[in-house]
Amino acid sequence: MELLSGGEILIRALKDAGIKHVWGYPGGAALHIYDALYRQEDVHHLLVRHEQAAVHAADGYSRSTGEVGTALVTSGPGATNAITGIATAYMDSIPLVVISGQVPLTKIGQDAFQETDMVGVSRPIVKHSFLVTRTEDIAETIAKAYYIAATGRPGPVVVDIPKDVTDPSYKVPYVYPAEVKMRSYQPTDKGHRGQIRRAVKTLIGAKRPVLYTGGGVVLDNASEHLIALAKTLNYPVTNTLMGLGGYPGTDPQYLGMLGMHGTYEANTAMHHADVIFAIGARFDDRVTNDLEKFCPHATIIHIDVDPTTVSKNIEAHIPIVGTCNSVLPEMLALIEQSETTPDTDAIAEWWQQIDQWRADKGIYTASRYEESSGNCIKPQDVIKMLYKITEGKAIITSDVGQHQMFAAQYYLFDKPRTWINSGGLGTMGFGLPAAMGCKLAFPDCDVACVTGEGSIQMNIQELSTCSQHNLPVKIINLNNAALGMVRQWQDMNYSSRYSESVYENSLPDFVKLTEAYGHVGMKITHIDELEDKMREAFAMKDRVVFMDIDVDRSEHVYPMQMPGGSMRDLWLNKTERT
Amino acid sequence: MKRIISILIENESGALSRVVGLFAQRGYNIDTLTVAPTDDDTLSRLTLTTQGDDHMAEQIVKQLHKLIDTIKVVDLTQGPHIERELMLVKVKASESDVRNELKSCVEIFRGHIIDVTPYTYTVQLAGDSEKLDAFIEAVGEMGIMEVVRSGVSGIARGDKFLRV
Ligand SMILES: Cc1ncc(C[n+]2csc(CCOP(=O)(O)OP(=O)(O)O)c2C)c(N)n1
Ligand SMILES: [Mg+2]
Repeated sequence: MELLSGGEILIRALKDAGIKHVWGYPGGAALHIYDALYRQEDVHHLLVRHEQAAVHAADGYSRSTGEVGTALVTSGPGATNAITGIATAYMDSIPLVVISGQVPLTKIGQDAFQETDMVGVSRPIVKHSFLVTRTEDIAETIAKAYYIAATGRPGPVVVDIPKDVTDPSYKVPYVYPAEVKMRSYQPTDKGHRGQIRRAVKTLIGAKRPVLYTGGGVVLDNASEHLIALAKTLNYPVTNTLMGLGGYPGTDPQYLGMLGMHGTYEANTAMHHADVIFAIGARFDDRVTNDLEKFCPHATIIHIDVDPTTVSKNIEAHIPIVGTCNSVLPEMLALIEQSETTPDTDAIAEWWQQIDQWRADKGIYTASRYEESSGNCIKPQDVIKMLYKITEGKAIITSDVGQHQMFAAQYYLFDKPRTWINSGGLGTMGFGLPAAMGCKLAFPDCDVACVTGEGSIQMNIQELSTCSQHNLPVKIINLNNAALGMVRQWQDMNYSSRYSESVYENSLPDFVKLTEAYGHVGMKITHIDELEDKMREAFAMKDRVVFMDIDVDRSEHVYPMQMPGGSMRDLWLNKTERT
Repeated sequence: MKRIISILIENESGALSRVVGLFAQRGYNIDTLTVAPTDDDTLSRLTLTTQGDDHMAEQIVKQLHKLIDTIKVVDLTQGPHIERELMLVKVKASESDVRNELKSCVEIFRGHIIDVTPYTYTVQLAGDSEKLDAFIEAVGEMGIMEVVRSGVSGIARGDKFLRV
C-alpha cells in the first residue's frame, strides 16, 4: 500500500472527493500542505489576496455550480480572516469545506505563535467542525467533511489540521473511504406522506394562494419542479431575495420579490392570501415584517429540509420536513391524480385582483421613479441596461446596499444559480470574490458584480487575483458617493443626519485604481453614454472592466416595508405610502 | 415549565461545547447539566434541565438533534419519568443536640452521613430536585457550610429506553 505524508494525504483526499479547485493563502502552519500541493497537478490552487476572499470565492463557485466549494488557510490570522466568509456561507446554507492549518498538537493551548482556537471561534457559524489529531484520520475526515457540507441542509464545515499531523517525514498508508456512514448523522429528504396529502388538499382548495419560495429551491435544484407545480395550478409565485431565479423572473405568474424591498403586488398578495405555500423559505424577519401582523388570513404549508426552520418564526399548519426536490414531485403527482381540481373561478378572480395591484403600483408595469436625464443617472436604469446588454443571461453577483436591492428588483433572473448574493449575513465585500468563483466555474458566461463604492473597497485587492488567474469579471459600480443604504435609513429615521455615511471627497479614482491593477477602467457620468460604454465593456470578453458609474445620490430603494407593520404596509416612494 | 432533556451524543472532543454553545447562541438557559460516558464508552449521556414553554422545548430538541454529533434527544418531561440528583452537604455540627437533630433529619430524608469530624457532618442525599431543596430548607438553620449538587439525571419510566 502506498505510504503518504499528511499533506499528501490531504491533497489526494481532495482529489478523491472530486475537488478541482481550492482557493487559499499560505502561512506557517499550512506550509507542509502547500508543499504537497506544489508537487502535484490534480488539485488547482488559486492564490487570493485576503482569506475572506478565498472563502467568498469558494462560496461563489458553490452557489453558481451547486458543488461544494473549498478554501485553505493558515492558522491564527489566516483562520480568523476566513471567519466572515464562513459566517456568510452559514447564513445562506452554502456547502463549503474550509481547511485551516493549526499550530502543532504539542503546542496547542500554549498561546503559540499564530495559535487561534479555530474550532472554538467558528463553532456558532459552521455546520460542523473537525480538529484532526492523527495523520491516519485525514482522509476519512475529509470524506466526512464533504458529505456533511453537501447533504441535508448544506453548510460550511471546518477542518482544522495541526502542523505536526502533516509532517512530511511521517508517512502512513492512504485509504479513501468508499462511502461515508455516520450513526449520528442521517439526513432524510422524504417528506411525511400523510402531511403531503393534507398539503395537496389544502393547496387545491385555495382561493387566494401564493407560492412563497426561497433559497431552498435553488439549493435543491428543484426549480423545474416548482415551475411544473405553479403551471399546473396556475398559482402566483413570489421569490425571496435568496430564491431569485428559482422561478423565472419573466414569467407572467411571477409577482416579483417579496419582503422589505419586495414588490407591492407580492407583499399585498401575501397579506391577503388564504393559503401560503412556503417552499424552501424560512420566514426571515426581512420578509415577514411584524410577526404579529403577518398574513392574518393564511393557512400555512411549509416545506423545509431543516426541522428547526419549520414553525420557528411562524407556526406552520401543515409542516413538511423534506427536500423541495423530493416533496414537490410527490405533490405534483398527487395533484395530477386528484379528483378535485382548483377552483378556477376563484383563481381567475384572484388573478384579476393581482393584475389590478400590478397596474396600480407595480414596478414592472410602469417606472415608479423619475427617469434618468443628463448627468443624473438612475441606478435602476443602470440595472435595466445591464439586463438589456447581457440579454438577461449573465451571472450577477452583488455586494450589500441599495445597489443589491436595485439588482434584485430590476434584473429579471430566469434561471437558478445566476443571482449570487449574501442574503442572510449581508456581507459587504462579498461581490467581487464571489464573481471570481463564478467566473472560474463558467469562463464563457458573462459574470458581473453589481456593487457600490463602499462595498467594493472591502475586497478591492482581489482585482489582483483576477489578473493572476485570468478571471475577466465585469464590475458595475453604482457610485452614489455614500453608504447609500445607511443614508437611506438616516433620511427616513434620523432626519437626514448623515452620521459617517459619506466620505467627504476621499474616494479613490476607480479608473486609475483599476488601471494600476492592469485592468480596464471606465467612468460613466451621462445617461447618453451608458449603453455604448457598457456594450464596449462587455465586448471585452477577456478583460476585467470596472465601470464606475455616477448615479443619483439621493435615490432611495422602494418599495420599503414600514417598521412594525404588516407585509403590505409599504413606502412606495419618498412621499407615498400604502 | 421545567424541562429535562436527555441526549445521547458521540463521546468526542468538542461535542459538549457544541451543546453548551448552542444554548448560549440561541438564548436558552441551562439550569443543570450532567454528562458522562455510558456503558458503551463511545457514547456520552447528557442530561440538562432548562425552563421553557412547549414551543421553546420543541425548538431546543430540534436544534440539539441538528448537531452532527447528536444521536438521540428526548424531552423526558413529555412523559412519565424518574429524575434524580445527588447532593453532598457539609453542615456545622459541634454540639450534640445539633448532631442528633441532623441525624434524624438525614434519616427522614433517607440520606447518609458519609464523613464526620468533631465540628462537621457531611451528608449525602439523592432524590429529585424538590427533595434536595427541602432538605436544605430543613437544615438551613443549623449552618450549612457547603453544598455540592450533581445536577439532574433522568430516565423514562417503563419500557422506553434511549439507546443506539
Ligand atoms: C461588512 C459590513 N459592514 C457594514 C454593513 C452595513 N451596511 C449595509 S449597506 C451599507 C452601505 C453600503 O454602501 P455601498 O456599498 O456604497 O452601497 P449603496 O448602498 O450605496 O448602494 C452598510 C454600511 C454591512 N452590510 N456589511
Ligand atoms: Mg454607495
